Amino acid sequence: MFRIRFHGRGGQGMKTASRILGTAFFLEGFEVQDAPRYGAERRGAPIFAYVRADKAPIYERGVIDRPGLVIVADDTLMGVSAAGVMDGVDAKTVLLVIGGEDPEIWRDRLKTEARILTLKSFVDEETSERPYVGAVCAGAAARLVGVVSKARLEEALTQELEEHGKTVISKNLGRAREAYDTVADDEGIIIDVPNMPPAEPSPPDWVDLPLDPADVASPSIYATATSVQVRTGLWRTMRPVLEPDLCKKCVWVCGSLCPDGVISADADGYPEIDYDHCKGCMICVVQCPPHALTAVPEGQAQGEIEAAEGAPP
Amino acid sequence: MTTLTRKLLTGNAAAAWGARLAGVEYLPVFPITPQTEIIETLGRWTEAGEMDAKMVLLESEHSMLTAAGAAAATGVRTFTATSSQGLLYGMEMLYTVAGWRAPFVLVNVSRGLATPITLEADHNDILAARDSGFLQLHCATCQEVVDGVLLAYRLAEDEGVRLPVIVNFDGFLLSFTREPVQLPDADAAARFLPTYDAGALAFRSGHPVSEAVAVLGGTSYSYFRYEMQRAAETALDAFDTAAAAFENDFRRRYDAVECYRMDDAQTAFLMIGSYSTKAKAAVDALRLTGTPVGLVRPRLLRPFPEAALRKALAGVRGVAVIDQNLSMGKGGILHTEVASALYGTDNPPALVSFIGGLGGRDISEGEFLEMAAIAAKAGETGDVPPPRMLYSQSELRQMRKFQAIAAVEGAERLKEEAEEVAS
Repeated sequence: MFRIRFHGRGGQGMKTASRILGTAFFLEGFEVQDAPRYGAERRGAPIFAYVRADKAPIYERGVIDRPGLVIVADDTLMGVSAAGVMDGVDAKTVLLVIGGEDPEIWRDRLKTEARILTLKSFVDEETSERPYVGAVCAGAAARLVGVVSKARLEEALTQELEEHGKTVISKNLGRAREAYDTVADDEGIIIDVPNMPPAEPSPPDWVDLPLDPADVASPSIYATATSVQVRTGLWRTMRPVLEPDLCKKCVWVCGSLCPDGVISADADGYPEIDYDHCKGCMICVVQCPPHALTAVPEGQAQGEIEAAEGAPP
Repeated sequence: MTTLTRKLLTGNAAAAWGARLAGVEYLPVFPITPQTEIIETLGRWTEAGEMDAKMVLLESEHSMLTAAGAAAATGVRTFTATSSQGLLYGMEMLYTVAGWRAPFVLVNVSRGLATPITLEADHNDILAARDSGFLQLHCATCQEVVDGVLLAYRLAEDEGVRLPVIVNFDGFLLSFTREPVQLPDADAAARFLPTYDAGALAFRSGHPVSEAVAVLGGTSYSYFRYEMQRAAETALDAFDTAAAAFENDFRRRYDAVECYRMDDAQTAFLMIGSYSTKAKAAVDALRLTGTPVGLVRPRLLRPFPEAALRKALAGVRGVAVIDQNLSMGKGGILHTEVASALYGTDNPPALVSFIGGLGGRDISEGEFLEMAAIAAKAGETGDVPPPRMLYSQSELRQMRKFQAIAAVEGAERLKEEAEEVAS
């Protein structure tokens, strides 16, 4: 069985990567299981997705604890223990990191016997952005497993991105092909592991849970206003922006209708939006009587803010 | 000749396909993770005209189930879906509409219950509905989800049964997981589930019926409740008949109790839900070393297929009953049910109770192997160890770290409060 795990951040296309690879395996005649794993978080939060592929029916389920290949789309996750990048990684695992560092540096930092590969060329040197990194991950994985042809990879990618249109497909195809070609020397490095019981099954280190005092064993948080620290504004894809010239200062309208209570009146009576916590539902935009609030795509709004403040070096 | 189309589908997509292929006409819905993808999919299809059904977004699961029961009472084929807290929020109506004896299908995507609130699977939600009068089908694969919905309609609409059915599958492990699914051919599905002949179920504004009736005195009440029990008992045979018809039409066999490599098994895993395929993997691994182990999995939980279970476990020495649920103050619910089914039989196997997979906690291969070894030993010696709640030293260590942080936070807060009072 092939066991592959993709790690990235919400929005980087790890679910899509797993689906492209899953479909490519399926088109090659494999039984497949692919799934994303995420919680309530959205963009920016660490997520992972996984693919199992085998010629026989797949009975394993849930998280992969013995990965043959781990692909990390964002090397800033390597230091985030909650991301679980290194879970189950051992000498038999191949770790592919999309990032600027050399394999030796990761080997030293991570103290791991895993075989490490890195892909530098897919990170923009100036902006550190990783365009179409999901397609890059899928393309590299398809070559490393050695049983997926380029044609099947392309067919799978086209199927999975069908609803996004030709332009998106063509850009992703380009990156996936590039990654597929780049790792050509390591084609087939990931081995189809036969389904055998572990040579030395590790007996579980079960524990008898003691009875703890109720105030220890109740899931309380001993602090107030903790939800303020969760920046739900990161979920936003559209940003409500105020046009002060049009505003009639009827803050009770937008302020009362905001389901998150993030609109308050500033000293001059204008609505002030807490963008750290505005989730971008746009109810205020729809309800504003004089149409003084408009919806701006978040990416565009951030670009304008950075331009106004002077772009960071 | 049916065309064979095999494609990768999530459990949620498979559930939506089940409703579509069943020719469902009415969809009262309310979103909740991890089920929402089902109603989103159905919403896209109805919007695009690919599915000829009316979808109505209700304001809660309570209303949603009421609408489903009311629609079923008109004889319209009705489908709805929920999960976890949503199932509990609709619980009053779950019991109520079951008594209307109007058939429909409810999909529940299992998710652990608060408190603490969580997202991943366990079965305390669906087992809270155990005694509601709904029949229950439990799935272990995405294939079983789509097929299970079709089977569920056949069962619910059976003349002698006429009870609503819940089709249950696990959140994340199936809901968001794609597997190859053989979609039943649409024409074959329509033949398997012809237009529902609702007979007297014909509630119309012109022919009103009162459903939420009250009776005083136990005589009338007992009669109606006993009749539901009779109908649920009848559902055992009705399921076998439906499953036989399904196998004939689609070449896939669904016994009320699945037996995997049980022919000469001395030891068995017994569990429901999608983690049961992990038990199959463990069975295969142990069989490679010559250990006679198998898996017994009830698909049908209500009605409980007691005779089939007794037959499956005849000759087995030890059974590891793995409950992905916990009845506080008693233990694993499935364990209790299986024990009662075996009561009074000759040479019953030793039943060892394990609790695992709560809130989606993984059950590792090593744990399956260990559970099999413990059950085998109990079968040999007759000494049955106490129930085991699967939890590791390293998990407890992690919890202790969290608690240490919480204790510091709590102490600091108390100190701050004391200082405020003092000043």
